[in-house]
Amino acid sequence: MEKWPNNKAWFLVIPVFVIVAFSAFIPLMTVINYSLQDILAPGQSVFVGTEWYKEILSDYRLHEALWRQFLFSGLVLLIEMPLGILIALAMPKRGWGVPASLVTIALPLLIPWNTIGTIWIIFTRPDIGLFGFGMNNLLGIPFDHTASSLDAWITVMLMEVWHWTPLVALLAYAGLRAIPEAYYQAARIDGASAWSTFFYIQLPKMRGVLTIAFLLRFMDSFLIYAEPFVLTGGGPGNSTTFLSIYLVKIALLQFDLGPGAAFSLIYFVIVLSFSFIFYQALLRVGKGETV
Amino acid sequence: MARIELNEIAHSYMAKPKGESDYALKRIHNVWDDGSAFALLGPSGCGKTTLLNIISGLITPSKGRVLYDGKDVTELPPEKRNIAQVFQFPVLYDTMSVFNNLAFPLRNRGIHETQVKKRVLEVAEALDLTPFLNMRAAGLAADAKQKISLGRGLVRSNVAAILFDEPLTVIDPQMKWDLRRKLKEIHEQLMQTFIYVTHDQVEALTFADQVGVMFEGEIVQIGSPQDLFEKPEHRFVGYFIGSPGMNFLECTLEGNVARVDGAGIVLDEQIAAKGHRARGKLELGIRPIYLEIHAESANGMVPADVRAVEDLGSYKIVTLTLAGKTLKANLPEDQPVPEGQVWLGFPPQWTKLFADGWLIK
Repeated sequence: MEKWPNNKAWFLVIPVFVIVAFSAFIPLMTVINYSLQDILAPGQSVFVGTEWYKEILSDYRLHEALWRQFLFSGLVLLIEMPLGILIALAMPKRGWGVPASLVTIALPLLIPWNTIGTIWIIFTRPDIGLFGFGMNNLLGIPFDHTASSLDAWITVMLMEVWHWTPLVALLAYAGLRAIPEAYYQAARIDGASAWSTFFYIQLPKMRGVLTIAFLLRFMDSFLIYAEPFVLTGGGPGNSTTFLSIYLVKIALLQFDLGPGAAFSLIYFVIVLSFSFIFYQALLRVGKGETV
Repeated sequence: MARIELNEIAHSYMAKPKGESDYALKRIHNVWDDGSAFALLGPSGCGKTTLLNIISGLITPSKGRVLYDGKDVTELPPEKRNIAQVFQFPVLYDTMSVFNNLAFPLRNRGIHETQVKKRVLEVAEALDLTPFLNMRAAGLAADAKQKISLGRGLVRSNVAAILFDEPLTVIDPQMKWDLRRKLKEIHEQLMQTFIYVTHDQVEALTFADQVGVMFEGEIVQIGSPQDLFEKPEHRFVGYFIGSPGMNFLECTLEGNVARVDGAGIVLDEQIAAKGHRARGKLELGIRPIYLEIHAESANGMVPADVRAVEDLGSYKIVTLTLAGKTLKANLPEDQPVPEGQVWLGFPPQWTKLFADGWLIK
């Protein structure tokens, strides 16, 4: 094939190169660069190879934070996915109830994340918070997220579920609305029970949106920072120190840029590989041959 | 299997219908005998699907009763009516195999697994689905998917009736022909009541013994394909059935002669007498196939001009103008078409008179 004589068209691709360079490539390369050096002072650094990686990977506090993070994301998915689907199934299908419920459900998604932490601090305070006061004084159950690890976990989970289940519900609702009426009609003619209709029609038809919801909720919950940071600051003790909170402690509070960079990259690889595995697995669900 | 009776059915999708125009179905009063193959023919939006959904129970009619073998089922939901329905677009349970798809309506009714297997294999055999039985339904081609939908309709052996809502829309023409013949065979074997809705006249006329033509929420005529062709009760039937449809000419009556802008066409005397008593707009109707074209004038003939001739191979369609109105005539392939002015013959037995759209007989 003959070479095209005029290569000016390449100039048109430049904006994309520039944008990708600044948005992804340069920051990533900077982090990789930091992760391989010991930065003693500005302009004074030593190449240390994989030392930071070795140190970080054997850090027991990181291990703890990682397991905590897996437990947190696992619980989030286990609670929010079914709950979101249930809410979507219960939402009205026509009439004024549709916009009313959509807006009501979407409200938590519109609140800034720091504000959400603040809201829940006040909400769970034993002296003035509705929830905290109710638990301690009306039900007589001692509840204080600043003192008890379990209470801190319960508060963070409640906040997370309140904040993000609406996203799953909205996606599931969109998936439900996209199912043609004929499927429901056929199911009635075929004598399908409500459970069969859900299991054989609604759930398979929602697979696409639920895959997206699952991945979004996994990634977001795995990267959660602002709300628990505001609410508990990672405490009491280290009981709610999730990966990103620990990362910020290392990188910004102790200013250990090398270990922080190595940590970031490991963190990134974990999120990326789990998202990939989940995506592949979810694609395969309901695609293989049945017996 | 059952006799299906519709008693003064009317339906509106509005909560508070005011005038007649708010009704999707105006008045349907009809009986379908047990074991008959029946087609409902009509254009899009005439209420065919609404009527079918009322029979199956997906819709409860605003007025009137639905009876199966004399038993009132108007308020019963479809799952309690023992009826099967096949929809326009394939409906599949994506995650199930073809076998499980076909078995689904039986298993939901707690039928014993040996019986389920027997029925599914029979239906799969009849529809040529046997090689696909263990495959997932989701990956198949459109016509195989629709066959599965058909199969789910046919699999229950004791249903009151099987309703088909334009089931062959997504199938390509050759396959359509095969499947239609297959359905007819199955009907002859099972002698179940089949009600088949379509807007395709060929489909309706070849499938069914009795065809009902629907127009704006009413069944305007029920009859054999021949009746619909030769004795259309309503101008819509004349226009909708046949290709091209019936010719209509507005006219006035003078004795037994119909006047169309000066031209005079002789009618049957009894019909003309009834025409004088009828109210509303009078129209002459004649099928293109019965319109005679002559080069020479003879008694009772009317002059017209040939505008165009389309040769369709086995016959010709001639477009004519008569007193400013356009007419179509079908001519056999071997008959020569004169050019310019010709003389039209209207055989009295095929020349129909309509008052306000309805046939005078």
